[in-house]
Amino acid sequence: MIPYQPCLNIVFAMSLSTQDVEKVARLARLAMSPSEIETSRNQLNGIFGLIAEMQAVNTDGVEPMSHSQDLAQRLREDKVTESNQREAFQAVAPQVEQGLFLVPKVIE
Amino acid sequence: MTWEIVIGLEVHAQLSTNSKIFCGASTAFGAEPNTQADAVSLALPGVLPVLNKGAVERAIKFGLATGSHIAPRSVFARKNYFYPDLPKGYQISQFELPVVGQGALTIQVAPLSGNAKPYEKTVRITRAHLEEDAGKSLHGDFHGMTGIDLNRAGTPLLEIVSEPDMNSAAEAVAYAKALHTLVRWIGICDGNMQEGSFRCDVNVSVRKPGEPLGTRREIKNLNSFKFMQQAIDYEVQWQVDTIENGGKVQQATILFNPDTGETRAMRSKEDAHDYRYFPDPDLLPLEISPEWIEQMRATLPELPQTKQARYVNELGLSVYDASILTASREMADFFEAVLAAVPNDAKMCANWIMGELNAQLNRDGLDMAQCPISTQQLGSMLMRIVDGTISNSGAKEVFRTMWADGGEVDAIIEAKGLKQVSDAGAIEKIVDEIMAANADKVAEYRSGKDKLFGFFVGQAMKASKGQANPAQLNDILKAKLAG
Repeated sequence: MIPYQPCLNIVFAMSLSTQDVEKVARLARLAMSPSEIETSRNQLNGIFGLIAEMQAVNTDGVEPMSHSQDLAQRLREDKVTESNQREAFQAVAPQVEQGLFLVPKVIE
Repeated sequence: MTWEIVIGLEVHAQLSTNSKIFCGASTAFGAEPNTQADAVSLALPGVLPVLNKGAVERAIKFGLATGSHIAPRSVFARKNYFYPDLPKGYQISQFELPVVGQGALTIQVAPLSGNAKPYEKTVRITRAHLEEDAGKSLHGDFHGMTGIDLNRAGTPLLEIVSEPDMNSAAEAVAYAKALHTLVRWIGICDGNMQEGSFRCDVNVSVRKPGEPLGTRREIKNLNSFKFMQQAIDYEVQWQVDTIENGGKVQQATILFNPDTGETRAMRSKEDAHDYRYFPDPDLLPLEISPEWIEQMRATLPELPQTKQARYVNELGLSVYDASILTASREMADFFEAVLAAVPNDAKMCANWIMGELNAQLNRDGLDMAQCPISTQQLGSMLMRIVDGTISNSGAKEVFRTMWADGGEVDAIIEAKGLKQVSDAGAIEKIVDEIMAANADKVAEYRSGKDKLFGFFVGQAMKASKGQANPAQLNDILKAKLAG
């Protein structure tokens, strides 16, 4: 089994830099002022401190879990159960045309 | 200076379920925009994904068909990125623990250069994992805005990742084609490339033999084997030129433009590949029991490679013939049904199906499923060749008639007077007459002009209105001309 890896390549014991927080904010499309970044950095470092404490516990021989509940998921039969409700869903959309949701232009 | 080409493929096969992977919305192709986008497809607040059993069954079948490890326990993860056709802000995929682990696929490679011989190669499969498709962005005329259709969002995909085991465009195409055949064969994907049901991403790099792997560039979303071939050829040349001119290949995602035949790098932001995968807390681990795997194994048909080997070893067909006849399940089923009528004449069955039948299908732009001649019709016709009732050329006439107008084989033979004369006495009489009428030619033949033999055959055939059994006629002519 491949061990679960921290997703941001941040070593838990290390404290976050301002650049780390800026990067996370950018990836999450959050606009943050310098003071908000500083507040978030302190809060996140607090959380990482707690994680560091947990990391200190000896877990030798304990199988890593990917979910807090030790259960397997139940499956659905492959049946179409949903009908077309486009009108209802699009009633709350800001802009719609020819059945499409319109969003600001994206170019790749 | 020689370069070694290294290619690995990622193939997205859309699984042929009725409903989406995590909800009960339909997956039917071609519906009006957003009519198959339910609350889960739209990612409305509070909705939860529930995994489709049919998607898992298809993944298990694929694993079994490629001799792959099937994980008793696999995990779904969130792949995070922002794009308007992905309303959740993440794609549910699998990362560390995919449902299908290592396996392999053996392929027949027909090299593109004229003289090289076809050969066999085994391509290792790294993994195959379940994931959901995204919606579609339409950049048409919407007052400078982008239109979003979420019908495709949540359609089940099996992403099949190979090891970088291929060393030419021909090998990459052969592998992609073999996968394409396999997924249709085991009924997990319709393989419709125009509709995007089978899409290929190709990782290409070059290196000097023996050196470490070069930097790769990934050609995205190829949906035809011809384009794959062209894109790889162009890309390899570009990488070699770049390096030989002192440049360096930068890792990039690139697109192939079929109109220009060129590849070009997509503009991508520096953070584009930081997907921050983590296990999806909405989904518990997927458990697959050995009993379930065995149930799925029992539903698998005989696989193309097994059939190919059987055709070669038991029926005595060439590897080439066997590979053509197993190019699709329809083709193999057709061949076997016809063979049932003339079990000792596999080669003749193969020749008729690969020759006359295939040529007619191509001429009329039909596929095997639309073939106007039934296996029963073709089988009875071949039986009439075997029992000497009709000659090969007579059979062609029967074939053409059945193709155009249908009908019973024996009735057509009767109506067209195609029954060949196999009565030795009747043939001898014809030969005697021909020889008497052409005494000068007989003399020439006997004095060494062997080439005249064809003339006598032609005359005798003409006299019999094409109905003389050719083999018998040959024997009788030879004996009589020898004097």
